[in-house]
Amino acid sequence: MRLCFRRGLIHGIPIALGYFSVSFGFGIMAVRAGLTVIEAVCISMTNLTSAGQAAGVGVIAACGTYIEMAVTQLVINIRYSLMGLSLSQKLDSSFNTPHRLAVSFGITDEIFAVASAQPSKLTPRYMYGLILIAFIGWSGGTLLGAVAGNILPAPITDAMGIVLYGMFLAIIIPAAKKSRSVLFVIIIAAATSTILYYALPSLSGGFQVIISAVVAAAAAAVIFPVSEEGGEKS
Amino acid sequence: MNIFIYIAVMAGVTYLVRMIPFTLMRKKISSKFLRSFLHYIPYAVLSAMTIPAIFYSTGDMITAAAGTAAAVILAYFGLPLIVVALAASGMAFIVGFII
Repeated sequence: MRLCFRRGLIHGIPIALGYFSVSFGFGIMAVRAGLTVIEAVCISMTNLTSAGQAAGVGVIAACGTYIEMAVTQLVINIRYSLMGLSLSQKLDSSFNTPHRLAVSFGITDEIFAVASAQPSKLTPRYMYGLILIAFIGWSGGTLLGAVAGNILPAPITDAMGIVLYGMFLAIIIPAAKKSRSVLFVIIIAAATSTILYYALPSLSGGFQVIISAVVAAAAAAVIFPVSEEGGEKS
Repeated sequence: MNIFIYIAVMAGVTYLVRMIPFTLMRKKISSKFLRSFLHYIPYAVLSAMTIPAIFYSTGDMITAAAGTAAAVILAYFGLPLIVVALAASGMAFIVGFII
């Protein structure tokens, strides 16, 4: 089963819907912070990331320095380096340097999640499909949020806040059902993240996720090492 | 302070952290520990991002818990991503109406 462009688009629909609701909120937030509609959309089209953009608007609103902006983005988005490294092990042989340079723009939490859940090697076309539809959802949501502000009633926008997390659960739970070691990883990561969230409230969300994920994945790598092609020994 | 320089800095840093490892890593990683680590990292990241944040995602813990429960049950039975994602949202919306 080859991963073609069309499959990428289809797999990207839930991402685009989730992004639409989140970026709608970002659009509202950016305009409230004093940005124009064009500036808000420009940020979404060039960054394609939620937490980093929200923090970036905070730096702009506070008239922070460019250095502060760079460090903030580095800390919050460094998880994408880990994701890029993980995805680099799963690429089809047709992934040359131009394809890598283009696709790396679209490594987000959700695209990474869907791509790494595929059983076969990743093709550039599949990744372009996935990224394109997510990009449209993200930019379109920002545009509408920035222009229309609060046209949607609050109960709907509130309920839309859970969409992306629902998608994450749909990825990790079936995997945990199949593999005891994945279940172990999920429990350790969730527990660590919850402890950090309440014990160290000043820790940024980005660091909270990085620390928890590294602890859980390292523990599993020691206890349940993976043999040559993905299968776990347990 | 120019807004477009801010945006360029944001976009530049964000692109570089994504691009460098993804583009430069060409070899198959030989370390068994590192390979295992990278095999588990997606699940670890998703789990850490979801919990506890999902319970704060709707602005109300009860509607969020209801949406989470719906997602967990449907995901357990292997329903497609979009069904699980929208059912979580639908459940949160309905419970928000009731309470």
